[in-house]
Amino acid sequence: MYYLTNTLNMITIQNLTFGYQKNKPVLANLNLQLESGKIYGLLGANGAGKSSLLHQICGIIFPQSGKIEVDQHEPAKRKLDFLKSIYILPEEVDTPNIAIKEYAEIYSPFYEKFDFSLFNNLLTDFEIPEHGSLHQISYGQKKKVMIAFGIATRSKYLFFDEPTNGLDIPSKKQFRKIIASAFEEDQIIMISTHQVRDLDQLIDCILILDDKKIILQADVNDITEKLVFKQVLDLSQSANVIYSEGGLKGHVVVAKNVNQENSKLDMELFFNAVSAEKNSILSLFKKL
Amino acid sequence: MDFNVNLPIYLQIAEYVCDRILLQQWLPDEKIPSIRELAIELEVTHNTVLRTFEHLQSKNIVYTKRGLGYFIEPNALNLLNASRKEHFLKEELPSLFYKMNIIGFEIDELVNEFEKFKNKNNS
Repeated sequence: MYYLTNTLNMITIQNLTFGYQKNKPVLANLNLQLESGKIYGLLGANGAGKSSLLHQICGIIFPQSGKIEVDQHEPAKRKLDFLKSIYILPEEVDTPNIAIKEYAEIYSPFYEKFDFSLFNNLLTDFEIPEHGSLHQISYGQKKKVMIAFGIATRSKYLFFDEPTNGLDIPSKKQFRKIIASAFEEDQIIMISTHQVRDLDQLIDCILILDDKKIILQADVNDITEKLVFKQVLDLSQSANVIYSEGGLKGHVVVAKNVNQENSKLDMELFFNAVSAEKNSILSLFKKL
Repeated sequence: MDFNVNLPIYLQIAEYVCDRILLQQWLPDEKIPSIRELAIELEVTHNTVLRTFEHLQSKNIVYTKRGLGYFIEPNALNLLNASRKEHFLKEELPSLFYKMNIIGFEIDELVNEFEKFKNKNNS
């Protein structure tokens, strides 16, 4: 066990409680454990506290009570070893009005593994002019510069808050390619998103934040073993349906997977199903 | 790649690999693209491609050489053809028989039609 905890990078959160005002917690008694080698997708309704959770893990805001551990570091202490292992891309990027090159020169020394050639390659992939300036480019382009910068830090922990917001369609595709190519076994990537369709094929493990805590943590494989996602013409013809959405071409349903059927996880449908039929779905998964 | 079919993504990637073998674009004992290369090409996480390769390995379609990557099993093409035949026998033929039975189409007629079809296509 000693060996394991030493080689795996981990994030452990125990009984985290946090609020911006007293007695109005945004997160309450939240527990979570993340391990390296996986890309996590953090889903939750608007205002559920996704960004607050990411900011807690990165040491930007501090817990009122409870414990966060990132590789034996407590984020709130903001130790150098911790800070250089972590990168967060905020939902709203705010960049100084300087040249892209200059930005990389100023901020890269905070990350000892910063990879300049990777940074330049990523800019090329995103079709950002190498000698451009941050005040001459659009919002979406700024966001792409920051995504490229974040990946080029080669940080062990990468957090992307709504990374595809503001990106055009080809850039979303490019983003998926870049994550698929840059992700290493010893990293943890966590992406919070509403735009599940942009990213669903990239995610290994789903986290759902609701009612101030993580109510579900499950690998995609695990979900499709327990549930089947399919289209049916007639609801009465299909058994074990937990949740359904009607449409012109019949219904899309989430049903208990009793016959070991193979189906593709529909993340949006799954999220809606968890929101509407919380108890029946959560009862199928490991209690957190 | 568009993952629109209602099959887990790892199985859709497995079909993609099997199609390359059936089309003989990927040949016996040839090295196939690495997990990372396929992950980038298909825009998925490497864990998904790893799962595909483990699945194909358990079906004797690919094998791994430690540190070198994944290779096509010499017998993969035969296996895939056999499993296609089995799929035809179990999944497609019964529905054909069902229709024949309903409209009273006898097997002799079918043999005739099939001979005509083969002559037309093979000539």
